[in-house]
Amino acid sequence: MAVIEHFEAESGAGEIALSEATARDFFELLKPRVMSLVVFTALAGLVVAPGTINPVLGLIAILCIAVGAGASGALNMWYDADIDAVMSRTARRPIPAGRIRPEEALAFGLTLSVFSVVILGLAVNWLSAGLLAFTIFFYAVVYTMWLKRSTPQNIVIGGAAGAFPPMIGWACVTGGVSIESVVLFLITFLWTPAHFWALALFKMRDYDAVGVPMLPNVAGEATTKVQILAYAVLTAAIAVVPTFLGFASLGYGVFAAVLGAGFVWYSLGVLFMPEGDRAMVPAKKLFAFSILYLFAIFSGLMLDHLVAAFGWVS
Amino acid sequence: METVNLTENQKKSRRGRNVALAVVLFALVVLFYVITLVKFTGGIAG
Repeated sequence: MAVIEHFEAESGAGEIALSEATARDFFELLKPRVMSLVVFTALAGLVVAPGTINPVLGLIAILCIAVGAGASGALNMWYDADIDAVMSRTARRPIPAGRIRPEEALAFGLTLSVFSVVILGLAVNWLSAGLLAFTIFFYAVVYTMWLKRSTPQNIVIGGAAGAFPPMIGWACVTGGVSIESVVLFLITFLWTPAHFWALALFKMRDYDAVGVPMLPNVAGEATTKVQILAYAVLTAAIAVVPTFLGFASLGYGVFAAVLGAGFVWYSLGVLFMPEGDRAMVPAKKLFAFSILYLFAIFSGLMLDHLVAAFGWVS
Repeated sequence: METVNLTENQKKSRRGRNVALAVVLFALVVLFYVITLVKFTGGIAG
């Protein structure tokens, strides 16, 4: 028990503000929605990789990757609290809303980073732990602290952080990195710009207000629309490569091609969206479809692998 | 001599954090137990 003379611990008003953060606030720091995508793509890497892993260790691996991703989210929120406070999309996050103090978020993020990496290394292997550590570093330092505020290509390069989880999942099973896991990485890596710039288009004014150089603000709507289409085409192309490399069936290839055509179709909708359109319905549609697209592609890969592995079709 | 007087909100949130921390610590104990078990049985089987 702290012993202080004549001290009333009124949060925010007193000399020392004692925390009123709840466990739920800390959970929010982990960016649970981003985490769900990470868990899903990491699981795809685990399932699609050749060989087997003890199911319990597989679960622990997914847990570690999820916590590591959450830790990098907490570090991101710690560093970005100043601009989060200004943007409508992020103003209610725990730090700008005053529910968690920045130093609490920093300690939380660092602790979870260390625990997730060490446990993954001890339980599974040190290559996957190293990849997870690199992913956290890449997202928290390279993307958040450096690229995000300095270049409109921020999310192109920073997108690598979100693309590593399937590669980590693959490394958990095989203990290595191969061309197949690089293809899994590239699917998310090439998908990220189209996904994020669709959001940036209809949240352009927010990013403008805080001086984050997102492509629509720096290069203009027209250039962004062309680049969205270019990345959508590249994503559609790379998503069928697993069939050509032989680690997915022709059925998956057709499925990925149809989905890719949908992705390109929605991107064309954005391309032909009138300049200065306030509602930006096509951009919102593309953003929604892009999330569905990534879930569907990785679901397709997993299903395809399970069908081949268990011989559900002859 | 006086002690720090916590508000009701501070007490409630501290209790919530303590419970969450206890759950996480217990989960870690179980996690390490399970990892040890899997590693050992895997080693013996191998």
